[in-house]
Amino acid sequence: MSSYLELTARQRIPAVFDPGSFEEFLPPSARVASPHLAQLDSPVSFDDGVVVGRARLGGHTVFGAAQEGGFMGGAVGEVHGAKLVGMLRRAIDERAHAVLLLLESGGVRLHEANAGLIAVSEVMRAMLDVRAAGIPVIAVVGGANGCFGGMGIAARCANTVIMSEEGRLAMSGPEVIETASGVEEFDSRDRALVWRTTGGKHRYLLGDCQMLVADEAQAFRDAALAAIAAIRDPRLTLDELLAEQAMLTRRLDSTAGLQEPMDIWKGLGIDDPARVPMLDADAFLQLAAQHRAGVATGER
Amino acid sequence: METLNYRFDGGDRSLAGMPQLVGVVGSGNLEVLVEPAPLKGACEIEVRTAAVGFGATWQAVMADFHARWRLADARISINDMGATPAVVSLRLDQAVESLLPPASGGPA
Amino acid sequence: MSQAEGRWTTQQSNRSARLARVQAALGGALDGKVVQASHIVELLNAVLEPGDRVCLEGNNQKQADFLGKALTRVDTGRVHGLHMLLSVLSLPEHLDVFEKGIASKLDFSFSGPQAGRLAKLAQSGKLNIGAIHTYLELFARYFIDLTPRVSLVAAEMADRDGNLYTGPNTEDTPAIAEATAFKSGIVIAQVNQVVDKLPRIDIPGDWVGYVVQSPTPYYIEPLFTRDPAQISEIQVLMAMMAIKGIYAEYEIERLNHGIGFDTAAIELLLPTYAAELGLKGKIARHWALNPHPALIPAIEAGFVESVHSFGSELGMENYIRARPDVFFVGPDGSMRSNRAFCQAAGHYACDMFIGSTLQIDLQGNSSTATLGRIAGFGGAPNMGADARGRRHPSKAWLKAGQQAREGRNMIPRGQKLVVQMVETFREHMAPAFVEKLDAWQLAEQANMAIPPVMIYGDDVTHILTEEGIANLLLCRSDEEREQAIRGVAGYTPVGMGRDKRMVENLRDRGIIRRPEDLGIDKRRATRDLLAAKNMKGLVRASGGLYEPPKRFRNW
Repeated sequence: MSSYLELTARQRIPAVFDPGSFEEFLPPSARVASPHLAQLDSPVSFDDGVVVGRARLGGHTVFGAAQEGGFMGGAVGEVHGAKLVGMLRRAIDERAHAVLLLLESGGVRLHEANAGLIAVSEVMRAMLDVRAAGIPVIAVVGGANGCFGGMGIAARCANTVIMSEEGRLAMSGPEVIETASGVEEFDSRDRALVWRTTGGKHRYLLGDCQMLVADEAQAFRDAALAAIAAIRDPRLTLDELLAEQAMLTRRLDSTAGLQEPMDIWKGLGIDDPARVPMLDADAFLQLAAQHRAGVATGER
Repeated sequence: METLNYRFDGGDRSLAGMPQLVGVVGSGNLEVLVEPAPLKGACEIEVRTAAVGFGATWQAVMADFHARWRLADARISINDMGATPAVVSLRLDQAVESLLPPASGGPA
Repeated sequence: MSQAEGRWTTQQSNRSARLARVQAALGGALDGKVVQASHIVELLNAVLEPGDRVCLEGNNQKQADFLGKALTRVDTGRVHGLHMLLSVLSLPEHLDVFEKGIASKLDFSFSGPQAGRLAKLAQSGKLNIGAIHTYLELFARYFIDLTPRVSLVAAEMADRDGNLYTGPNTEDTPAIAEATAFKSGIVIAQVNQVVDKLPRIDIPGDWVGYVVQSPTPYYIEPLFTRDPAQISEIQVLMAMMAIKGIYAEYEIERLNHGIGFDTAAIELLLPTYAAELGLKGKIARHWALNPHPALIPAIEAGFVESVHSFGSELGMENYIRARPDVFFVGPDGSMRSNRAFCQAAGHYACDMFIGSTLQIDLQGNSSTATLGRIAGFGGAPNMGADARGRRHPSKAWLKAGQQAREGRNMIPRGQKLVVQMVETFREHMAPAFVEKLDAWQLAEQANMAIPPVMIYGDDVTHILTEEGIANLLLCRSDEEREQAIRGVAGYTPVGMGRDKRMVENLRDRGIIRRPEDLGIDKRRATRDLLAAKNMKGLVRASGGLYEPPKRFRNW
């Protein structure tokens, strides 16, 4: 079985989308690279770290992207962001069946300063525009670098987030939290804590990601197909927003004062939370089915 | 950053198909873009590398690459972040192999 | 006793005098052999004398850290000029005793993280190095001319009679304790617990003078754990070459791996690539090896029949307990390691050593010495050397010996395979192949009699790089040997300086073999060939028995 985590962005594309169906926009041969990095005398990548294009998924025409975590941690620069935005806008123009984003990013590419910040905010806006046009947006988070910063926020703008336990989703990165608030607040070198706090299993239990799969390209593909099929209305409505905010309020209340994720899992009714990290995906999903946040209240 | 250029004549193997990219511009790694190009039978290679001062090593690696594959009418472009010659040769071979028909022969 | 008799019992009398001093100084803080932790410095002040040879367990893995720290607090008026004997200088306090004038002379084997500070201290004159040894060499001298007067060791548990349970991390303790106890020396043990009944007795109480329960368990370092996630494609290729070009070729059944990602890649390729080649049951059956987690898949796949270990490895305890058919396990269920015996096993009972290095010169001499650091040798030279005292044959030993002596007028002999495995360039494009080893300059800087060489060229039988394998056994002249080395040195200046025609000729004769010559398709050299790709994979392969230390886990 092919580990999704170990594949490069380019290798993930034929493994997740229908093989051979991906038509890349602005391919590496177009050499649309970062002018900012060139100015800093820093190495560039011919695709600025992201592959965007049109493909088929289960026979339907979808638009998609894969971020390359190995290049600058997948961080979003001006060109990278513009490629994502262009692809998203074209998806609306061509009335795609869905948009599938294979995300792996540290967020804004700081080297590019404001250009990077603007790029990420434009991506968020474009994702919401895609949903408003009635097209489902699926975010997959399963790479070694996780999905952080502005891209973490962007991921949550999607209809569905699919993660593996190796994937991580958050806004502030662990080192940033430790630097800002001290090691007692968060020990970024405690890798087990980092994954308990930002990793796929915790996110699934809390309800921040809607599907959890094993670290296999095939599993992500199958989950994406199922996710798209399950969405009746992809638009972001006021009701949905209010429900999400109510859920977040309940979460704040129910986890008040709890610092350790295992205590939160215990609060969800999981008797032996220490077991959770070593469970394989199937066993975990069985356990989570009875306990994850929202099960009791009937939330999605 | 350093930019190095090489041109090799006398090749006899043409590559068909789309441009192909392998590798990632990460520490100790590189990306290699191979494209067909009308070069009167030559193979041109441009390297942009973060590791400065290794021109002689690149020259030797490229010369051996050409001796191995003898590509004609091919343009190769590299963005390198300090890969060792072993990794460079590996990516070059991977790039070429990805453009060969499945049952074709390997290097000479 | 008459004066004439007293002449031959000075050590015993001196020992009695020390014991009496301790009794007087500690009073109620001494209960039989058990000393209260709060009185440890008083014990040392009373038991030690100026100029004593003191052996302190800085082992490779376990450290008698409580005793080591206590030693830095002795009264220099009463205790000074000590001659320290350590296998490994690993903790800062091992060198603090020199800064403070408590100790002045040092004999050791390996220094790891303290190598830089050691070099500085040696240069400043605060520390006089007697010699740098291999582990087995140092233990050997404990019985000849470096017998310890007092030994400070670490154990898991003791009973009130002073019997010690050292468990999986027995390591150097038996060798140290025996040499000390039977030459009127005094063994002092720090233990994690004092109990009524031990799981088993590793060191008899008769050998032990004092026992103290330390406030925290003794320190152990997991040195032999390698995360498969860090293994590169190049390392996979080299592992394929090792398995097909050497292990299969010579039918290597008994071996030792030096620690590193290169050898971890070999271990992880056994259940996949080696199995595919039909080598299960034919290679890698018996090991002198610490319990490498990376070996778990090969054990589970049925490749590995036995493993004897120098020490244990944190996290492997329960897995070992569940595999007593493979490991050396006591009737209590826990492993017993023994560095002295395992070193001897690696020297005499193994047919191959394979390990990595930092630099190789044109004669094949291999060194890990770097400027500004006095790192020492550890155990590698014992394994990585031909065992001239060996007499029993094996297929691999006979084949290597025959290759070396074919066509020469010499009596037939076997030879151990000593393989140096190294990528031609290291980090920051530093070449692994050099004309002159840094060891020469280090020897001058640090006033050493000879340059510190890890493995001598005339013991090296094969050099394996990503470019191919050079079989030095088949070389018949210094020039052939040099060109064989240059022929696998790739694009390093040494490699570029090759005589192209000679290297081609060596390849034709099979002295240099490239991956293609071995029938290896380089395209298969991907991480997909690894039996486990990350720490979780190793844990799953062990059926959940392996418990990696925190630093290796993200769960």
